[in-house]
Amino acid sequence: MPVSVNESGIPSEDTVTITVNGKQIAAAKGEMIISATDRAGVNVPRFCYHPRMKPVGMCRMCLVEVSGPRGMSLQPACYLPVADGMEVVTDSEKVRKAQDGVLEFLLVNHPLDCPVCDKGGECPLQDQTLAYGPGESRFVEEKRHWAKPIELSDLVLLDRERCIQCARCTRFASEIAGDPLIDFFSRGDSTEVAIAPGEKFTSYFSGNTVQICPVGALTATPYRFAARPWDLEQVESTCTSCATGCRVVVQSSSNQVIRYLGVDSDPVNQSWLCDKGRFDFEAHRAGSRVTVPMVREGGELVECTWAEALRKAAEGIGRAMEVASDPSSAVGVIGGARLANEDAYAWAKLVKSVIGTDSVDADLGDGLPADAVLGLPKATIDEVCSAPLVLVMTPDLRELAPILFLRLKAAAQSGRTKVIELTSVGTALGRYATETLVYRPGEAASLVAALFADSDPKPLAAGMEIPPIAGVAASDVARTRALLAGFSSAVAVVGRPSLAESTEATVAAVAALSAARPETRYLTVHRRGNLHGALDAGLAPGILPGRVTLEGGRSTFAAESGWGRVPASTGMSTHEILRSAAQGSLGALILLGADPVVDFPDHESEKALSGGAFVVAVTAHLCESARRADVVLPAAMYAERGGTTTNFEGRVTTLGKKVTPPGQAWEDWAIAAELATALGSDLGFTSFDDIAAERTRLVPLFRHFTPHIWNAPSTRDGVLLPLATAPVGLTGAPRALDPVATPGIGSLPHHAVRPPSPSPLFAGTGTTGPSGAVASPGAVRFSRPASPPDLPAPDAYSLRLVAPYRLYDCGTHVVGSAHLAALAPVGTVRVNHYDLDRLGASTGDTLRAVSPGGSHQVVVEVDDEVQRGTAVMGFNLAVAEGSVSARSLIDLSAPVTDIRLEAHR
Amino acid sequence: MAGLTPENLARARETVALYPQPRSALIPLCHQAQAQEGWLTPDAISQIAELVGVSAAEVRGTASFYDMLHLEPVGKFLIGVCTNISCMLGGAYELLAHAEDRLGIRCGQTTADGTFTLEEMECLAGCDGPTCVAVNYRYFPNQDESTFDTLVDDLAAGRLDGDVPCHGTVSRVDRTVTLMAQRDEVLAERAASDRARSERQAAKEAKG
Repeated sequence: MPVSVNESGIPSEDTVTITVNGKQIAAAKGEMIISATDRAGVNVPRFCYHPRMKPVGMCRMCLVEVSGPRGMSLQPACYLPVADGMEVVTDSEKVRKAQDGVLEFLLVNHPLDCPVCDKGGECPLQDQTLAYGPGESRFVEEKRHWAKPIELSDLVLLDRERCIQCARCTRFASEIAGDPLIDFFSRGDSTEVAIAPGEKFTSYFSGNTVQICPVGALTATPYRFAARPWDLEQVESTCTSCATGCRVVVQSSSNQVIRYLGVDSDPVNQSWLCDKGRFDFEAHRAGSRVTVPMVREGGELVECTWAEALRKAAEGIGRAMEVASDPSSAVGVIGGARLANEDAYAWAKLVKSVIGTDSVDADLGDGLPADAVLGLPKATIDEVCSAPLVLVMTPDLRELAPILFLRLKAAAQSGRTKVIELTSVGTALGRYATETLVYRPGEAASLVAALFADSDPKPLAAGMEIPPIAGVAASDVARTRALLAGFSSAVAVVGRPSLAESTEATVAAVAALSAARPETRYLTVHRRGNLHGALDAGLAPGILPGRVTLEGGRSTFAAESGWGRVPASTGMSTHEILRSAAQGSLGALILLGADPVVDFPDHESEKALSGGAFVVAVTAHLCESARRADVVLPAAMYAERGGTTTNFEGRVTTLGKKVTPPGQAWEDWAIAAELATALGSDLGFTSFDDIAAERTRLVPLFRHFTPHIWNAPSTRDGVLLPLATAPVGLTGAPRALDPVATPGIGSLPHHAVRPPSPSPLFAGTGTTGPSGAVASPGAVRFSRPASPPDLPAPDAYSLRLVAPYRLYDCGTHVVGSAHLAALAPVGTVRVNHYDLDRLGASTGDTLRAVSPGGSHQVVVEVDDEVQRGTAVMGFNLAVAEGSVSARSLIDLSAPVTDIRLEAHR
Repeated sequence: MAGLTPENLARARETVALYPQPRSALIPLCHQAQAQEGWLTPDAISQIAELVGVSAAEVRGTASFYDMLHLEPVGKFLIGVCTNISCMLGGAYELLAHAEDRLGIRCGQTTADGTFTLEEMECLAGCDGPTCVAVNYRYFPNQDESTFDTLVDDLAAGRLDGDVPCHGTVSRVDRTVTLMAQRDEVLAERAASDRARSERQAAKEAKG
């Protein structure tokens, strides 16, 4: 709904007027003086205040003169709300004297070690001392001394001498992250930030405390002494470690990525990053990096020239195409979520038009089907976090999409949003949810159906107890049903809760919800960075670029003005491709940054690469699958290439290119173009702009979406496609810059420039899906299955397996980043003590797991958070010697995987 | 390293139940844990954190603010010498120096046998008879060097065991009686006062 907005972007009915230094400015009712002065461009120095956290008024640096009943007095601007007619003076003699005094006090115990301090050069204390400080020190006494630095965690170090007790880090830990593992210790001049003895600051968000520390007290081990701020170059980009799409700056020195900092992007990450996104840049320099093309000769991968590698790859693919009648059964392509949107488009053209196969899938058996991602009515993160009621059916969001977790947590804590969580295992969100219903894995659909049924669950016969639904007590279902009935509209966050169940179970649950509440909008969450962009580009069986089906897009793409040809029929999914390869019926397999040998949830995935298919790996790292390939083509990584990326909302943002790819690595679109040439075709692309131009011309979804639009300052926070109208003008008031909120990116061009919200140009949430207003004919639609999958009845001796994601797993980025690799947990099977007691086993024991994937050793652990009858094992984790990872137990062709634990004999 | 004994753990649970917000019981539980061991052991801190639903770092941070909660082991007798103005004028610093010599430790330290800890204290409200000394928070005003020596001898010989509570006990009530309040009584009392307040409020509104 349009809200009347005045020049300052504040709805007019909530406006008050205050006078700042004699000038009248508008301010929002209830906001603090400091945010009003920031917007008016009047700088008030500060340390403890952070625009994304509650104020505390601790450091006293922001003292200003404020009119009150007894005349003008000094008040902290960060802690006093504005009032109509309030007079504020920020530059009087009295204010300057106060600032001078506060700084003198802060510097009493602050060491003057700026030349060796990592913060020197981007330090708010240094900068504000220069601007507002006394200039000379009167302090001749001995300063306090502490041992330094001390480890708060493996990632964060603390130098207590430099700390000015602003409480930003401790407030972040408790208020924002919900991990209050650091706190002030002691009192007065011996106050220090500390952890409890024997504990560590093991938060997935610990790096943010380093980012917001206004002095050099908190430093991150990967950045420590790595560079000086004035040597850093930077570019704004989007993190693709998961699919949340957090805005970051990539900073480099000497052509090496040195640091990421979170950018305050209002609709997405609001300046925070998770530690994986922040610290996984070390993977750029990992030893496993592929920098030279390689071909297999005599059983070994040997380095060669690009020309030879491309020739060999084209030969292998060509041979496969020759022998089969339908290219879709001869050549399979897996992956693509690592690519930028433009790379993905080039690859889609190569695969679907030049090679002519439709057997391409960017989803590695871990997300939702493409028709769900592209076809369901969409909700943005903002819409989810402002909805009165949100139904969450995802894996643990703190593991899968940590920043989305922070946003949902904040929404739930504000009381604005009620979260109803349906899950099979306890999650971090459970603490903040209004209701958490723990259902038996794979049975979400029947639970959803019961929650939206016309009446409460009934007993089978009069006088009998009402049986639980999907393992959830009938009373819990009834209570939640009543709660849901009170809300007319619903927003749902959905994702694949466990890799040990097929998509059918999740799709059935979504179908049940969409049947009961057709107006529901969805945020579909998946892990892989640019999966949505890859699907938008058509890297999935049965679809073409622009969220259209093969049929829907045929007329455009098969035409001479399009691609010339498109596949005749729908091809295979990743699972089918891998099975076909294992059986020896697939001629060639192209891996686009995919590692199915370890990163596909099926016990048979390993066999795919030994079925005789010719394997081309386009990869940045020599992963397990690439080691077994016939041709390895080195690709550029994140920050080594530009373009755009699409997060799980469908929000398209830019990728920044800051460093050159190492060795002979190429950008993925260039590899596609050259491979097409080697195959005797021409993609017609010699630059990114060529790709964008063709895409704008052919794909309605991308109409008007040119580099001019995505590079404009007002689209820094991304746009939702399709753009509703042609661009009429790209305006956007620059947000007042808070140089102290995130030290180190204060000088970023266009930093935190927010389009006027809601931007009239890019309003709306996309127009795809059944309820989309202008969904084009042939658009991908969510197809509801006829019935939920048949599940085996719970068996008293079996445990239903749940294989959730863990943030730190054995993926190439974590393994390639030394500081993160050390944090990855060891994979154990966690079960309720009741189920272990039956076997006479306890934590740490090795048992035999009988699974569809065979009988294997696993290490077990008691965890009473896990329901009886369920076994939980994180996916793709390192395991103890002799035991197996979750993948070896999972059978993806079954709707759920049941395992049986047996004592070792 | 000892955590709370089963009896104290049960008592701690009762204490938590007395408050509408569990975290309000944080400091009372610190006192209870300290009464058991004389100081807050890391195990006890973890237990308290779990009982009141905060992190161990928050319990430790809160406890560290207060001088009377100890995060390091203290001796069986915690001797505090007041050095505020009245006592200082009465020779408190001289007495403190003497105490250091007598006990063979510096202020803030504990004797090797774990019997005595010596501390400097803020005003103990014994200003009419300086210098005031506290032993396990029991007051012994009007001390000079010779009476101090006698006090130390008496303590060491166990002659004051009846007067001086066991180390770590801050609350005098706690020493002699067990927890008196019953949860249902507290709740009844709270309900009664809530009712009275709402009646007063209603009467006030009816009036004008």
